[in-house]
Amino acid sequence: MENETPPPSGNGSWSPRIIAFFCNWCTYTAADLAGVSRMKYAANTRTIRLMCSGRVDPQFVLEAFARGADGVLIGGCHPNDCHYGEGNYKMLRRFALLQRMLQDLGIGAERLRLEWISAAEGEKVKSVINDMVKKITVLGPLDLPGKCADWDREVTRLEPSVAPSQPPFESEVTHA
Amino acid sequence: MYTPKKHEPVRIGFYICHCGTNIAGMVDVQAVAKYVAALPNVVLSRDYKYMCSDPGQEMIVQDIIEHRLNRIVVAACSPLLHEHTFREATRRGGLNPFFFQMVNIREHDSWVHTDRQLATRKAMALSRAAIQRVPLHKPLEVKKVSINPNVLIVGGGIAGIHAALVLANAGKQVYLVERDPTIGGHMAKFDKTFPTLDCAMCVLSPKMAAAGSHPNITLWSYSEVVKVDGYVGNFKVTVRRKPRYVLEDLCTGCQECVEACIYKEPKFRDEFNLGLGKRKPVFLPFPQAIPPVVLIDPETCIELKTGKCKKTCVEACGDRKAIDFKQKEELREITVGTIIVATGFQIFDARRTPYYGYGIYPNVYNALEVERLVNASGPTGGEIVLRNGQVPKKVAIIHCVGSRDENSNRWCSRVCCLYSLKLAHLIHEHTQAEIYNFYIDIRTPGKSMEEFYCRIAEEGINLIRGRVADVYPDPSDGATGRLIVQAEDTMLDCIMKVPVDMVVLSVGLEPHPDTEKIRRLFNKSCSSEGWFLERHPKLAPVSTFTDGIFLAGCCQGPKDIPDSVAQAGAAAAEAFSLIDKGNIELEPNTAFVVEAECSGCKSCIPLCPYTAISLLADKKKAYINEALCKGCGTCVAACPSGSIVQNLFEDAEIFNEIDGLLEPTLV
Repeated sequence: MENETPPPSGNGSWSPRIIAFFCNWCTYTAADLAGVSRMKYAANTRTIRLMCSGRVDPQFVLEAFARGADGVLIGGCHPNDCHYGEGNYKMLRRFALLQRMLQDLGIGAERLRLEWISAAEGEKVKSVINDMVKKITVLGPLDLPGKCADWDREVTRLEPSVAPSQPPFESEVTHA
Repeated sequence: MYTPKKHEPVRIGFYICHCGTNIAGMVDVQAVAKYVAALPNVVLSRDYKYMCSDPGQEMIVQDIIEHRLNRIVVAACSPLLHEHTFREATRRGGLNPFFFQMVNIREHDSWVHTDRQLATRKAMALSRAAIQRVPLHKPLEVKKVSINPNVLIVGGGIAGIHAALVLANAGKQVYLVERDPTIGGHMAKFDKTFPTLDCAMCVLSPKMAAAGSHPNITLWSYSEVVKVDGYVGNFKVTVRRKPRYVLEDLCTGCQECVEACIYKEPKFRDEFNLGLGKRKPVFLPFPQAIPPVVLIDPETCIELKTGKCKKTCVEACGDRKAIDFKQKEELREITVGTIIVATGFQIFDARRTPYYGYGIYPNVYNALEVERLVNASGPTGGEIVLRNGQVPKKVAIIHCVGSRDENSNRWCSRVCCLYSLKLAHLIHEHTQAEIYNFYIDIRTPGKSMEEFYCRIAEEGINLIRGRVADVYPDPSDGATGRLIVQAEDTMLDCIMKVPVDMVVLSVGLEPHPDTEKIRRLFNKSCSSEGWFLERHPKLAPVSTFTDGIFLAGCCQGPKDIPDSVAQAGAAAAEAFSLIDKGNIELEPNTAFVVEAECSGCKSCIPLCPYTAISLLADKKKAYINEALCKGCGTCVAACPSGSIVQNLFEDAEIFNEIDGLLEPTLV
């Protein structure tokens, strides 16, 4: 496959883009606390607020990767602390499923991260994001949209050499 | 109210707030406004110094009218802070308030990043996500829930008592639940209170009595909350009433049974006096206890243990027939609209700092024990005598035991400096002993506190700046129990070894060991130290993240009596404002089923923690009871056919957000 690593985007130096899904009650509030406490962390995450980590549809995660995210972070309340009782456990199950799926899809399970961060743990928001940015930077860009475009181009290029000239296989089946 | 018609073009107004320099200092707000102006559907894009100010809000209102805007996006602080403000402005402009979307570029951007270019690009991406999302917004109606006017107050210390009285005096029905046999909490154990040195019980007992006899207060002492269901306005609470083996309505508090008990002398550890005194199996915790009802301890009562007592107590009780050895614990269910949690603190267990010898040398006391020793109704009748009966001539008071210490608790417990000074004064007053206070820093903030410190310092106590390293028996005389306190005097730069007769440890305040249990019960958050977390450290100090549940007193963090009382009043006012409004508006973020798309697979039904989803028997379709739905969205994420929709968080809205956030030009 050609073009395995896409050219670095933007101003030359590549830096990961991470979509974060934070639950309203714990992790989003913790991120607010990190802000109020003026903790400094990498600017690579973009957060989407949901009421509960249980609202994270596996499709959201896949969509984020498909649209060009290099990593996806999901933040929920600690086990037993869910504002809605058990939404975080529902997320945990989907997380296990997603990890297997992402591995099979060649995206890699390590690009998806689930963290329990309580409303008091602003410090943890900072450390988790910094750590994740570091790890995804090591993994390099995923660039699923770029890859898809490459595959499309490849198929288009190969198309003429496949279709017309080949004799049909029908002859082999006829004499039976 | 104006609702845009379905095919009317979307006209978005975008506003980015400078927040002084809070946002503008790190984000190029003009560049963001310019970027957003060029996005589809955006009619107007402005930056403004303070969007939350009146002129800022008025600008939104006027623009909606003038420019026929039908969607509003504001990029400013956290939606948890000002979403409501801007929804209101949107409404005042004549739009449904839910045609508004907020972008958090302060807490999640300008405050946490250091590179202006990156922060600006992030602000652009976040704004773009909102611009792409908001065209899909639908007009929604807020759901109103009526508030049950009854209030539950958990914890009968000074905070709980004060909150109960405030609400009860306003005519509200209050359930005051206390775990111990009597209300009063820690304050009931104190002798005098700083800085006025007025007697703790003298100011507390009238309030206790008022709470005990108030027609609007149902006082359940010796009881614990075991279950809380429901939500703001309508909590179903189960309270376990532990058996006292004495019927509360029949007992007159005469204590003749105590007198008549088969044990002639008090023999058992007296919990109220921290084990410094003794009590009988049947006892009143202290003379002013409320309710003034005795109780029988099943661990020590012969009748309850063996059933073979002469029951002289029953005889003494006579016609009152208040003693009931067959009493069982009871579970009571109540419905309340709001809850105030005032569960207090525990003192630091000084055995965790073994170098100070607590629990090893009999002459080492913690401060609460000394409060009991000083107290006229205490085990020694107010005389400060050591366990060997001697009056101490030299006393060391060690500050910051279990506070400001990396090895135990890192926080300052706030009250110890002041109560240490108070104890220094009281011990000196009672015994004329020479007092040494060993401190790290003297911290006496607050009204009249510094003056108090100066007054005590001038009384001639020895204030030594230095953390005590060790307390050990005086090797020169082993019999008297004299101790040596070794510390570095950091003012004189020398090591001091002070022989003393008594050591008082000024122990810090800690969260209760079962904080975790209480927290789960009420679905609250805790700080990492274990104190209950307030909704906002400055602007919502008694609210919690659970609507309708409020905090008061030391369960939220160490504080003194005036602050606990002030907080209790605030919590009562918060509860009161909910009750008097009569209803609360809930986010309309509930989910509903699009029947045409539901296959009736039932995957969603077991996922709902509120059993809000059922299967319509005739149609074979899922149905969500909106009144029960709390809007978590778990069923929405799980529906295989995508036929469940969550208001405010529709799939399409989230997908548009994802798309906007990952716009390739904003890498």
